Amino acid sequence: MFKKVLSLILAAALLCTVAMSFVSCGDKADDDIKGMSESPLAIPELKADFTVPENFKIGFICLHDESSTYDLNFINAVLRYQEALGLKNEQVIIKRNIEETEKCYEAAVDLVSQGCNIIFANSFGHEPYIAQAAEAYPDVQFCHATGVTAADKGLANFHNAFASIYQGRYLAGIAAGLKLNEMIKAGEITAEQAKMGYVGAYTYAEVISGYTSFYLGAKSVCPTVTMDVQFTGSWYDVTSEKNAAEALMAGKCVLISQHADSMGAPGACEAAGVPNVSYNGSTYEACPETFIVSSAINWSPYYMYITKCFAEGTDIAPNWCGGIEEGSVVLTGINLDVAAEGTVKAIEDAIAAFKAGTLNVFTTDSFTVGGETLVHDLVSDGYFHESEAISAPSFDVRIDGITLLNEKY
Amino acid sequence: MNKQERIKKNTEPLFHITKRSNISFGRAMLIRGLAILLSVVFMSVVMFLLAKENPVTLLKSMFDGAFGTPLRIWILFSDTAILLGISLALTPAFKMKFWNCGGEGQVMVGSLTAAAMMLFVGDKVSLPVLILLTAVFSTVAGGIWGLIPSVFKAKWNTNETLFTLMMNYIAIQLVTYFLKVFGNAQGNLEPMPRFAIPKMFNGSYFLNIVLILVICIIMYVYLRSSKQGYEIAVVGESEKTAKYIGINVSKVIIRTMIISGALCGLIGFLLVANGSCSVTTTIAGGQGFTAILVSWLGKFNPLYMILTSFLVIFLQRGTSFMGEIYRLDTSMADIFIGVVLLFIIGCEFFINYKINFRKFGKGGTK
Repeated sequence: MFKKVLSLILAAALLCTVAMSFVSCGDKADDDIKGMSESPLAIPELKADFTVPENFKIGFICLHDESSTYDLNFINAVLRYQEALGLKNEQVIIKRNIEETEKCYEAAVDLVSQGCNIIFANSFGHEPYIAQAAEAYPDVQFCHATGVTAADKGLANFHNAFASIYQGRYLAGIAAGLKLNEMIKAGEITAEQAKMGYVGAYTYAEVISGYTSFYLGAKSVCPTVTMDVQFTGSWYDVTSEKNAAEALMAGKCVLISQHADSMGAPGACEAAGVPNVSYNGSTYEACPETFIVSSAINWSPYYMYITKCFAEGTDIAPNWCGGIEEGSVVLTGINLDVAAEGTVKAIEDAIAAFKAGTLNVFTTDSFTVGGETLVHDLVSDGYFHESEAISAPSFDVRIDGITLLNEKY
Repeated sequence: MNKQERIKKNTEPLFHITKRSNISFGRAMLIRGLAILLSVVFMSVVMFLLAKENPVTLLKSMFDGAFGTPLRIWILFSDTAILLGISLALTPAFKMKFWNCGGEGQVMVGSLTAAAMMLFVGDKVSLPVLILLTAVFSTVAGGIWGLIPSVFKAKWNTNETLFTLMMNYIAIQLVTYFLKVFGNAQGNLEPMPRFAIPKMFNGSYFLNIVLILVICIIMYVYLRSSKQGYEIAVVGESEKTAKYIGINVSKVIIRTMIISGALCGLIGFLLVANGSCSVTTTIAGGQGFTAILVSWLGKFNPLYMILTSFLVIFLQRGTSFMGEIYRLDTSMADIFIGVVLLFIIGCEFFINYKINFRKFGKGGTK
């Protein structure tokens, strides 16, 4: 009997505490939260200035399904594109969970047999199998995101595409630099302690180009900034991304960004109260107290472009790199509760400069390599020509100010 | 109603279960067929409620996905062959009650060896010699991967389930390391179709199907009629009995696991030399684990396993096409497969046991 009464009392006490904690949360929410700003570089409305043939069909091959933020970004772009063109579901076929093996070739051939005019694949490892299918089916157009071999292969129906996401990262870097300036001004850190941390997947050009442009964006407003980079060896690994972010924070990094697909790093930042610049979409919902801004690639303009080429019978470029102008690089809104004052204005100015062509990310006077100015085949007119010869990122230089903590991957 | 009658009524249960001693083959198959039918009806209702699609058109799309074009039929049977091959590889070990959960890793080292052979030896010898050497080395590599846990089991009685499972991770890391060192900057190995087995009948499918059908028949005869097959069965039933009648248990365990691993290695060879022409950490695609289920469902009988592997591949290909056409969540395909398999496994109860209901109006007053 005594046990029963005790357990009842305990249960009641527990309920009260839970109820109280909810109430206290509610109180906090009443404080003046400014929330998210409008996006300075939003996903543009798609306008179709061409008509698609009635029997047009397009197929998409995705490495994973919607549970991966990387694939979700592609699939959401497909849905926007489909809506803009008013295509039926039968005309837009999405194959998910297609491995980077012979299965990719089989998926492509299956899409051909379903009557697709254009086939698009989204993962780097799909490339050789897509090229193989392009060779076997010369009447079908094959487009591949992130790939690098279309120019060399010289097939008329095989194309690579990417976006100048380094510009988006640079803009996000400006927000990070301004946040550091705010911390310095408030006396939280000295100018020399302005160190950022970056969680990267692998030591590929795609990642190196990304974190370098992010760093240069921050440096453009906060000249004393330095950065540590930690690699995880996986595109999606919640635990190791979380551990990497925690290790960086323990190493006195006062702001974190990442190029990996899980919530590991943003989550660790929210738990520790360290500001975070995200990627591939907003993490504001989960991390309202630390999220600053996020950049992402918007693939719908490319889908529109290849469809327009098909409809009008023109050639698709072997290497296509969409930028700010095309709407391929987008930003989320800026979290006004975390970002420094004037962030929105600074980013808008930089966007205007990118559009006017007066701003370049990899200008050789903005960074050094081993104390020297960069000498490279792709450097001319005072800057490194990223994503011009081939659409995928090619900047893989280790510049001064950035320390790579491990290069295992 | 007198007191005695009431007691009788209350104590006799509504139904009771008795063991069936012998059920005819036809009746057992009828129960299994009913189970599959019931599972499909059940899933139709679920899909109608969740996806709001007409179940008949959904099911039609499943058949379309599996049989819709000649290529889909080829892939259906070729994929069945590969899964059957791995299941056949695991079966002798399972019959011996050695739970080989390392099919995935054994396939992977076979694939890794094949890719390494293509990369390093490809240019040095003629194509037929290369293919032969690659097949032999892949098989040996798979055999070694099976040998290691079996030696530990035979000598020190380690737990083979954990051991073989852990060997999978070592295989994955070996492949990762190989790709890191010899792959391109992004960690992929460029496919080498020039070193692959030449295509027959417009594809690589014919060879897979024929080769594994032959292996299937050999395995059936080996397990059923050979002395070694008998030894495997005895060791599986009772190690003590095996020792008593003079079977060298350690030798049987090691020999069987070498066969098991070697056959996995050969499948790994097919996946590379007659498929991707490259290697990735996902080359086995989880089939090393699916094969465990196929082998059990087929009651370790190679001929039944043809049916069970076909069923699994049919469901996989059918449901994934259905998900593609109707834009269903990819989990829907997994749920569908899970439910069908659950019904099939569940129906074994009704094959092994009989349910006797209380007969109304009988008993009582007498």
